[in-house]
Amino acid sequence: MANEVVDHGRRRFLTVTTAVVGGAGVVAAVVPFIKSWEPSARAKAAGAPVTVDISAIEAGQKVTFAWRSLPVFVVNRTKDQLAQLKGLEPRLLDPMSADSAQQPKYATNETRSIKPEWLVVIGLCTHLGCVPDFVPDIKPEPFDANWKGGFYCPCHKSRYDLSGRVFSGVPAPKNLPVPPYHFIDDTHIQIGVDPKEAG
Amino acid sequence: MANVFSRIGDWVNERAPNLAPTYRKHMTEYFAPKNFNLWYYFGSLALLVLVNQIVTGIFLTMNYKTSALEAFNSVEYIMRDVEWGWLIRYMHSTGASLFFVVVFLHMFRGIMYGSFKRPRELVWILGMLIFLVLMAEAFMGYVLPWGNMSFWGAKVIISLFGTIPYIGGSLVEWIMGDFLPADATLNRFFALHVIALPLVLLLLVVLHLAALHEVGSNNPDGVDVKHGPKGNKWNPEKPIDAIPFHPYYTVKDLVGVGFFLTIAAFIIFFAPTFGGWFLEHDNFTPANNLVTPSHIKPSWYFTPFYAILRMIPSFFGTAIWGVIGMFGAILLLALLPWIDKGEVRSVRYRGLGFRIALGVLVFSFLALGLVGAGVTAEVIPEWFPGADVTTWENAFGRLMVLGYFGFFVFVWVYTRFGFEKTKPVPERVTMHD
Repeated sequence: MANEVVDHGRRRFLTVTTAVVGGAGVVAAVVPFIKSWEPSARAKAAGAPVTVDISAIEAGQKVTFAWRSLPVFVVNRTKDQLAQLKGLEPRLLDPMSADSAQQPKYATNETRSIKPEWLVVIGLCTHLGCVPDFVPDIKPEPFDANWKGGFYCPCHKSRYDLSGRVFSGVPAPKNLPVPPYHFIDDTHIQIGVDPKEAG
Repeated sequence: MANVFSRIGDWVNERAPNLAPTYRKHMTEYFAPKNFNLWYYFGSLALLVLVNQIVTGIFLTMNYKTSALEAFNSVEYIMRDVEWGWLIRYMHSTGASLFFVVVFLHMFRGIMYGSFKRPRELVWILGMLIFLVLMAEAFMGYVLPWGNMSFWGAKVIISLFGTIPYIGGSLVEWIMGDFLPADATLNRFFALHVIALPLVLLLLVVLHLAALHEVGSNNPDGVDVKHGPKGNKWNPEKPIDAIPFHPYYTVKDLVGVGFFLTIAAFIIFFAPTFGGWFLEHDNFTPANNLVTPSHIKPSWYFTPFYAILRMIPSFFGTAIWGVIGMFGAILLLALLPWIDKGEVRSVRYRGLGFRIALGVLVFSFLALGLVGAGVTAEVIPEWFPGADVTTWENAFGRLMVLGYFGFFVFVWVYTRFGFEKTKPVPERVTMHD
């Protein structure tokens, strides 16, 4: 109480250092609260790779599996269906799968797959996220007189071929994405893990 | 940059001209006595814990499931799977216990320095209401994890209302919404715990502070600085022995906050259950309406009042006397401004009788806490092999009940009939140059 002389420099230094140290403490304390909004261990576990048995999927059949709560289409394509993929290119938006975000490197090919007959794609339309219908038969459809088999989105009429490649002139901008996957053996696929990671 | 801030300030001032004066009235121009000591940390610390409880509580509700089927697992989910969930929950559970530590010390300060006396009776009454709401808040919060102690604690506490003659039975069913604590009970307790009571609590805290700032703070000498000499270096009209709350006491309180957070962090990181005192072991098993925990006891902060309940026996075929005693123990505290007629506030200048009585009050309160927590029942057979535990525990416990209530009777007689011989109270606070 007795000292009349105030050292303003010292006071400002103390105020600033206190504020900085205290502010750092507050920022550190805020981190756990912000991080608590991240996917929990349970959500991450639900997003873990899934191993699916494909032995029962017959030629020409599609089965949907859940991976990270997303529908993953696994299609066993016939020779006929694969033959139809050639010649569609002029009608497709991205026939060569140039958009590398839509599939891993090992699926950047004409069939967009590791083994030609097995198509694995995430079954969500790249327009607004509806689940497209599987329309495999090669016959004229109301929405396409020249239909060679593929996926048709009931929401806004986007169309994809049997490799999940999007047609030109539809609302969807991109091919159906291919998730990371690899073959454990001839009848089991693990979705969520690249062949390289699986070693 | 400074120009931008001052322009924003002017803009706000033009539209809300009372904002800045309100801030000054409660912070930079709230003049508090300059002789505050360690005991004056606990008010601001209580505010800090309240903020902690609200923030951590909000984040807990983001993952907690209000359902008898899911509640227990959702708490385990928070502890194990949610990122940093364990920290947020331990901050909340440790905060609850430290809230009571801080509030008990804050109340003891008020009794010791006569802060409850005229003209601060309203501050004291509002404080006691905060204490009551806090106890309800803590009790309902303890039920939410739906562990076995949650369930049986809820059952025992709600059953207290069953001792009320005639309406007791139906009142208990009404509170629980079922015939035993169940999903309905859990849901209504959740609603009360996270919305209703916090709103009441915040309102009471605002009123508590507003009432305090009307009359001004007391101090360890119990001297009215407002009636002393005027003119300090900030304001010629204000008491000479007072200093602005901000920055002087905000900075002082920061030191207290530092110490407090260090202790709190130690508990949160190294002893979150505090040996079964802060989180009881029996609450780590899910609620089971067929198995009562072997040692049923409330959280530590309720144990003194719980002991009063247990120590008072049934008379005339009803157990209501214990319930009356328990609530009476709190009511008497609230009525202290009218029980204690002494003119002198601070224990520093009060008669020897009051000092001894205050010591008896503290001792019996702590001892009742041990009785209520079941410590005496464990210790008696160890120290006195062969002694009849119930008899001795009852004898000790009832003596402590007498000590607790005796304080109020003694203080009334002591001050009402002029037995108190006080020391001369100084004109000004003892700490001035």
